Amino acid sequence: MKTTPRSLLRLSALCLTMLAAPASWALDAGAPAPDLNLPGLKDAVTLAQLKGKVVYVDFWASWCGPCKQSFPFMNELQSKYGAQGLTVLAVNLDAKRADADKFLGEVPAQFTVAFDATGDSAKRFDVKGMPSSYVIGRDGKVAAVHKGFREQDRKDIESRIVEILGTP
Amino acid sequence: MSTAPDQPLVAGSTVPPTRRALSRLGLALIAAAGLGGCAMSPPQPWEKGNLARPEMTMGGDALDQRFVQHIYGSKEAASGGYGVGGGGCGCN
Repeated sequence: MKTTPRSLLRLSALCLTMLAAPASWALDAGAPAPDLNLPGLKDAVTLAQLKGKVVYVDFWASWCGPCKQSFPFMNELQSKYGAQGLTVLAVNLDAKRADADKFLGEVPAQFTVAFDATGDSAKRFDVKGMPSSYVIGRDGKVAAVHKGFREQDRKDIESRIVEILGTP
Repeated sequence: MSTAPDQPLVAGSTVPPTRRALSRLGLALIAAAGLGGCAMSPPQPWEKGNLARPEMTMGGDALDQRFVQHIYGSKEAASGGYGVGGGGCGCN
């Protein structure tokens, strides 16, 4: 290859694009929720089919401690507010499906579970920590975002959900 | 085995100096881009499954580690940063 000024220019352009940091926009409350279309335990799970409902989308993985802690809470949410139109949808982000299945064998999940080994949905939801949860209102917009899970977060999340369930 | 005495010893010496400078600059740019590549894609929060495994932490014995961390926490008024177990937001 001959080194000409033109090829050098091309090379430096390439270097600059490689160095440019990928921009990311946080998915905040008020933004329309990205759609999900993932395989579930039986059928495919999409957000579109849950339109008009309040959806609690939770991103979890089998190796994540706080995620395990949040499962009983999500079971409680589903049984308590399911009748009022809440759907708990837990998206698993394990690279290996077997890990997720093992976890689900140990920790019961009485809510909708979907699987995304690619992590593509987490990217679109701009997940910043594990677990992350997004409450999607009846209008299909993100109403609340919560990062991480601690036992003391229960009350805050629950009262926020009650509030969102109350808004048409 | 013998070499002709009139041939230059270093093959690169026949390259004109400007082109040599340009190719050096090109190499430097490639190296710089390589450095950038390291910092480009840190693992995403959901890609830390392997990092969260117990064998990825410093030290072997969980009880001993806990003891050490307890002392460290009380002396330094700081904790966390020992392995990955989810949270990802400083909430352990």
